[in-house]
Amino acid sequence: MNDSKSKSEYILEVRGIKKSFGGLRALKSVDLGLKYNEVLAIVGDNGAGKSTLVKAFSGAVIPDEGKIYIDGEEVKIKNPQDAIKLGIQMSYQDLALVDCLNISTNLFMGREICYKFLGMNFLRLKKMSLEAKGHLESLGIRTIGNINEKVRNLSGGQRQVIAISRSVFWGNKIIILDEPTGALGVRESKKVLDLIKTLKSKNISVIIISHNLNHVFSIADRIVVLRHGEKVGEKEIKDTDGDEVVKMITGAEFAGKELK
Amino acid sequence: MLEKINERKFNFSSLRRSNILTPSIALIFLVVLLSFLSPHFLTVSNMLNVLRQVSIIAIVSVGMTYAILTGGIDLSVGSVVALSGVITTMLLKNYSVNMYLSILAGLTVGILCGVAVGSMISSKIKMPPFIAGLAMMAVVRGIALIITNGRPIYNLPEQFGFIGGGFLYRIPFPVIIMIVIYIIAFINLRFTKMGVSFYAIGGNEEAARVAGINIRRSTVFAYTISGLTAAVAGIVLASRVMVGQPIAGYFYELDAIAASVIGGARMGGGEANIWGTLIGALIMGILKNGLNLLNVSTYYQQVAIGIVIAGTISFNLLRKS
Ligand SMILES: Nc1ncnc2c1ncn2[C@@H]1O[C@H](COP(=O)(O)OP(=O)(O)OP(=O)(O)O)[C@@H](O)[C@H]1O
Ligand SMILES: [Mg+2]
Repeated sequence: MNDSKSKSEYILEVRGIKKSFGGLRALKSVDLGLKYNEVLAIVGDNGAGKSTLVKAFSGAVIPDEGKIYIDGEEVKIKNPQDAIKLGIQMSYQDLALVDCLNISTNLFMGREICYKFLGMNFLRLKKMSLEAKGHLESLGIRTIGNINEKVRNLSGGQRQVIAISRSVFWGNKIIILDEPTGALGVRESKKVLDLIKTLKSKNISVIIISHNLNHVFSIADRIVVLRHGEKVGEKEIKDTDGDEVVKMITGAEFAGKELK
Repeated sequence: MLEKINERKFNFSSLRRSNILTPSIALIFLVVLLSFLSPHFLTVSNMLNVLRQVSIIAIVSVGMTYAILTGGIDLSVGSVVALSGVITTMLLKNYSVNMYLSILAGLTVGILCGVAVGSMISSKIKMPPFIAGLAMMAVVRGIALIITNGRPIYNLPEQFGFIGGGFLYRIPFPVIIMIVIYIIAFINLRFTKMGVSFYAIGGNEEAARVAGINIRRSTVFAYTISGLTAAVAGIVLASRVMVGQPIAGYFYELDAIAASVIGGARMGGGEANIWGTLIGALIMGILKNGLNLLNVSTYYQQVAIGIVIAGTISFNLLRKS
């Protein structure tokens, strides 16, 4: 579909990504490109391989084969630290929060603000609390005074908001959101969608995975469809519609039977 | 929904403290009960005596708490107590090595044991902590027995006796060592980046990994601390009895696990409180001491300790649910 691309067209690109889990081929040679300053949606049925694909970008999954390019240059992402260094931030479908720690600690996990003393990294707890609070406030999340609440005591939606906030907090280049609205109500979903638009306006490139096509159509520039570990479709949002996408997701043979 | 976080005024520090509420109450209850039952119990000399007795297990328990916090367990600590004591005393006695160097060697042995356990657990094959500890427990005990031919090492230089038997400002020296270690552990767990990584690994290892925490390094660190504290305890013990015993420290791992868990450490990781661990060690030590003062046979003491462990932990779980 996109064979004559110039290298600099994509901020993030993968070619020939393959990943098997035991005998299960989760990704069968997938090519994907994220353009500069675009919101790219990845859709597909459960188990299509969406999370596995984006986890290869964040270093959470190491692909069996395939190459990853950032700004046209090949990079090796061998672990999450590598991805973070390359400017890729991801909010995971399973949220990846540590329940027994508080919101502030979760937001700063792995990147705590510290000062060195006797060779040890001491936390600037106050500073982190304040910054975390300020960050949540700037996103319209009013958790004032409760930044030290343990994540365990939050509701599913609140936890999701924290997970998204974390990637937004750190992301300045590429942000990947794996089902960010999965646990959210209508109002909070809208907040997240607005947030994604804000990110776009800040020159950040975003990949969003979602099962909600309404959400996808309201924010994405482009849409990629995965089925059984293969890319089966790639469209500009303006050139497609819900019906076509649903057909691609389910496979054309089901079209018209299960779906009106 | 987002605003609702506001409504529940939750205070982190009070939550934290409540984790050691149960063991604190149990400790106070025990002290009050025993001071009624025995006039000798609540005396300064007996309290210092109890603290001295408790200090060794309490020191081992610090490391155990680290291991449990990261979602593991360290079963090798009892053997490390023996090996570090044996190494230190052998160097002192058989090779006339300077005391400080001998102690340093003993501590190094503990560190190496910890590194070995931590490496097995965090290696590619991901050996279960229980198995890694079990293997290490056997190997280390075996080494302690081999190098001593199974015989204790007596006739140690007198100055070595200070560590386990001396006093500083009328406080038993092992108690001072214990307090210092607890304070360091508290600071490490509460105020350092390393401390956060232990909680994170135990709470949700995958989340810690994707956040960029070096799981391997942190795991090895945790077990290194465990090996080190076990070695400290081993040297204190050898000094107190003035013997290097290859069969020292049997079942210390169980006491240390009990102290940690009574103190609120969660088996499976992510939750632990170092002061809770100290209280846990105190509860067990005071219970033993009190039952001794009351002339209860050691057979019954076993039963009592078991009941206290089960009781405190049930209570803690009940309160949380
Ligand atoms: N760590 C793993 N071990 C084994 N199998 C896995 C693993 N991760 C994913 N899989 C399998 O790979 C396939 C693709 O999974 P993936 O999570 O990428 O799907 P998905 O498109 O994100 O689905 P969903 O919409 O349900 O989130 C599934 O069959 C899944 O069972
Ligand atoms: Mg998924």
